[in-house]
Order: sequence, then structure tokens, then C-alpha cells
Amino acid sequence: MTQLALVIDLNVCVGCHACVTSCKEWNTSGWAGPLSDHHPYDADPTGTFFNRVQMYEVGVYPNTETVHFPKSCLHCEEPPCVPVCPTGASYKRPDNGVVLVDYDKCIGCKYCSWACPYGVREFDEYQKVMKKCTLCIDRIIDTRLPESERKPACVLACPTSARLFGDVHDPESEVSVAIREQGGYQLMPEWGTQPSNHYLPRRKVRIHIHADELVRADNPLKREDIVRETGETLDDVAW
Amino acid sequence: MHPAFSVIFLTTLIGVGQGLFLALFTGQIYDLATLLDVQLTPAFYSLGSLIALLFLVLGLVASFFHLGHPERAWRSIAQWRTSWLSREVLVLPLTLGLIALYGLFHFLGWTQPLFTLGEAVPVDATLIIGLAATLATFGLFLCTGMIYAGLKFLQEWHSPLTVVNFTLLGIASGFTLAAAISAWMNNGLLFFYGGWAVVAISLGLLGRGASLVRNGAIKHKSTLQSAIGVRHTRIQQKAMGFMGGSFNTREFFPGAGLPTLDRVRNGFLILAFPLPLILLAFSFLEQGPSILPLAAFGIQYLGLLAERWHFFAEARHPQNIYYQSVA
Ligand code: SF4
Ligand code: SF4
Repeated sequence: MTQLALVIDLNVCVGCHACVTSCKEWNTSGWAGPLSDHHPYDADPTGTFFNRVQMYEVGVYPNTETVHFPKSCLHCEEPPCVPVCPTGASYKRPDNGVVLVDYDKCIGCKYCSWACPYGVREFDEYQKVMKKCTLCIDRIIDTRLPESERKPACVLACPTSARLFGDVHDPESEVSVAIREQGGYQLMPEWGTQPSNHYLPRRKVRIHIHADELVRADNPLKREDIVRETGETLDDVAW
Repeated sequence: MHPAFSVIFLTTLIGVGQGLFLALFTGQIYDLATLLDVQLTPAFYSLGSLIALLFLVLGLVASFFHLGHPERAWRSIAQWRTSWLSREVLVLPLTLGLIALYGLFHFLGWTQPLFTLGEAVPVDATLIIGLAATLATFGLFLCTGMIYAGLKFLQEWHSPLTVVNFTLLGIASGFTLAAAISAWMNNGLLFFYGGWAVVAISLGLLGRGASLVRNGAIKHKSTLQSAIGVRHTRIQQKAMGFMGGSFNTREFFPGAGLPTLDRVRNGFLILAFPLPLILLAFSFLEQGPSILPLAAFGIQYLGLLAERWHFFAEARHPQNIYYQSVA
């Protein structure tokens, strides 16, 4: 079975919010109706978003690192938000594992949002239904789009390619390889929700170079070794 | 969690209705076993059922205010296999219907025994309907409680105590109301209902006290470390991603500080338990019709509103970890 998901590289994300704005733009303009805002240009603006980028400071000044942390629905393999929905409006697509809300069935009881530990479901105060990341379902399954564009808007917008998209059940996919080889992890593993989205951890970008690594002491051929001439060289020849 | 008044009224009002019906049926069972020295009149049964229905319907009405699309509420019976909310939506009208039938049969006096169990137990239609309604009533307590107790990462709620307390407090308020009706009708049942109300209120205090102690000592499983997956002892949120507030900051925070929570807790610990007990005790000393049990019920209901408010406000949703600093 396919399980589409995002893998977000925290080592690469620069916190530019391009994914947030492109997500909002794509999903507010689609067939499912607007992602409504309330007082967008007033003192107390608020609105519905699928994706947010947060910022954390790790460590004690001056030894700190800033972690930019994008957060959207993780399309859990065991989504606790789905079985609690009384109407069946919340469901997980059997063909690609994307967790969706049917806006025509949702009664806006908000129970699913209580049942998601990650706080990624947002109630639309105008449409009065629950909304959440759809992984741009209307893009990724649209075969009229060229293959390269069948990706969520956030993935296409990310200027640093911090967001990978693919099938985490296919062991050879880009996302599976990244999870396997770069220490991909899940959020709040303690609840057994098995999020499909993974995060790649911050990694050290400094390396420590030992002296022997510069002189290639391990070179068996010694060809590349620095040769110190002792005898007379061409430079010594008096012309 | 943010305490929504629709849900506070829903759970407390239907609790009273359910408890009152259980009180009526307990009376019938005692009557059947000839343990009471007074007869329960059809007027008492039907009036009691009517009042119970009134509370249940009011609760139902309150619940609609919680929905974004009340006109689609019928859809919520679909997922009864997995959703306690769906089950509640099914069991609530069933309970309503059975209690209505129960009251109607008593009102019309259709209480001729249909058959006799063993030697001495005459079974009439109201007994059968009453038994079914009792099952439905307890089923409804279970569903309502499990809606909250079933959410495992809301650790304050994820405990059998949640279901037990919804049940005990519902029964306590229902029996107090039954005592109030009896005192007002002066039908000689004040001691019977008042006595059971005292027992139920005391048990309710024990159960609610236990959950307060449990929740005071709770260790939350999710931490900022597990939430963002960074292993470091010092992590600070610098920005939650927006400044104007969102569903996340409105729905999941109590909207009141800890001092308020403490005040509300102290308030309900006085209003819902000792005060009604004292008033009931005084009413036992009075002769003739008494207004005291009604006062006990009113004060207790106020206390239960505060109790339910605190129940919601006290629960700490793990998503709150992600929303600690605006900028
Ligand atoms: S992240 Fe939340 S909303 Fe998304 S599938 Fe998991 S539990 Fe459901
Ligand atoms: S808010 Fe909508 S999607 Fe969520 S549980 Fe209620 S009906 Fe289901």
C-alpha cells in the first residue's frame, strides 16, 4: 500500500515561510472553498492554515541553534483523529494513505481536533467545518499535470528543498532512503500514532580535520604524497 | 482545554435527567419489593419522567450549539462502530424515547401485571420499559464519559474515574432533584430519595476527589523534546508561526489562569458536595413540604456547572506544547 508523506529536513529549513504562503495560496483558491481569514488587515487577524512554521532556540546563549520547525498534518498511519469522527467525514484514503476531511459531511463538532495530539486540525470559522492539510490531494492525483508538478504546493515552493515528498512505504523512494540514511524520526512517538511525515534531524555541518587526513598517510601508492626534492632541481640550474 | 458552555450544559443537564429517571425506577423497584412504607403514585412517576425528559431535551438542545453544522447532526450516527460520540448520539434519543414511554405508561395507568415472575413478582410493562431505560441510561453515562476518557493523550481524562464521576455526579443530582420533587409533593419519599442522594453525593465527592488527586500528580508523557524531536535539556519556543491567534490558541487553552482554576475548584468542592448535604440534612428535620431540597438541587447544579468547567479547563492537551510563545 502506498503511504504518501512529507519528509522535512530541519537541517536545511531556513524558516522562510514559503511553504506556509504557497499552501495558503493553493488551498484557498481551490475547489474546496477558501481557507478563510478573519480581520486579515485589522488589529486582531486570525485565520485558517494547514501549515505553520515555528521557531525554537536550542541551547544557552551564545551556544544556541535556531531550529525552524514546519508543522502540518502528519498523515498518521494510525490516525487517532479518524475513528473518533462520528460522521465519517474524517477518513484515511485507502489508496495513498492521505488523511482527509469531507467538508460536505463534517458537522463541525471539533472532536477530531481534540483527538489529534499535534494540533494540526483547524476549524474554519466561516465554513464551520474542520480543515487540515490534504497534501494537496487535488494536485498530487491530477494526472493532467506533468509528473514533476504532482507534488504538494509547499514542496514545490520550498527554496531550499527542505521538503521531500513521496511514498514512505516504498523502500527505494527518495523519502524512505532519506529517513533510513539520515536519521528520520517521528513526532511524539509516545502515542503510537505512527506519523507518516518524518523529520530529518539537525546535523553538525562542521567537521574536524586531523593532520594525517591532509597528508593522505593511508595512500598506498604514495603518488599523491608531497615529494620533497633534496638534490639539485631545475630551478637551481644557472641559465 | 477551553471549556465550551454547550458541552458543560449538555453533560450536566443530561446527567440530571438520567439520574432522575434512575431515582424513579429505584423507587419502583423498592415499591415492588415492598420496602417502602408509602406508595409511589402514577402522578409522581409521570411528573418525574416529564422533568427528566425536560432535562435531557435541554441537554440535547445545548449540544447543538457546539456544532458548526447542526443541520447535519443526523450524520453523526454513522460511525457507531468506532466513535463514542456517535454512540452517544444514538443512545441519547433511545434513552429519551424509553423514558418518555415509561412516563406515558405510568400516566395512562397501564401497569396491570403481564405475568408473574416466580411466586411474588408481578411484571408489568413499566418494569420492562424501565429496565430497558435503565440500561440505556447507564449506556449513555458510559458513552458520555468515554468521549473524554477515550482520548488517551488527554491524560487528565484518560481514566475510568471520568466515566465513574459522570455517572456518580449525574445520579447524585438526579436523586437530589427526586428528593426536591418529593418534598414539594410531600409524598413521604423525601427520606428515601434524600438518603440515597446523600449517599450518591458522598460517593461523588470521593470519586471527584480521587480524580483531582490523580490529576494533581499527573506526569505528562509529551514534552517539548518529544514534540519537536530535539534532544536537548534547554529548548525555548521563539515563535509559534503567527501572532494573531488561531484555532490552536483558542480551543485548547483554558482561557483562565491557574488562580481562577483553583478558585473554581474550591467553589465546586463547596457548592456540589457539602452545601447540598447540609441542606438535605436540614430538610430531614422539617415537617411537611419543604423547599430546602430544591435549594440543595439548585446549589448543587451550580456546583456541577463549575465542576464540569474545571474538568475541561484542567485537561492539558499535548498540542499546547507547540503554542507557548507568540514571538
Ligand atoms: S497529524 Fe493529527 S490530524 Fe493528521 S493524521 Fe495524525 S492525528 Fe490525524
Ligand atoms: S469536526 Fe467534522 S471531521 Fe471532525 S470529528 Fe466532527 S464531524 Fe468529524
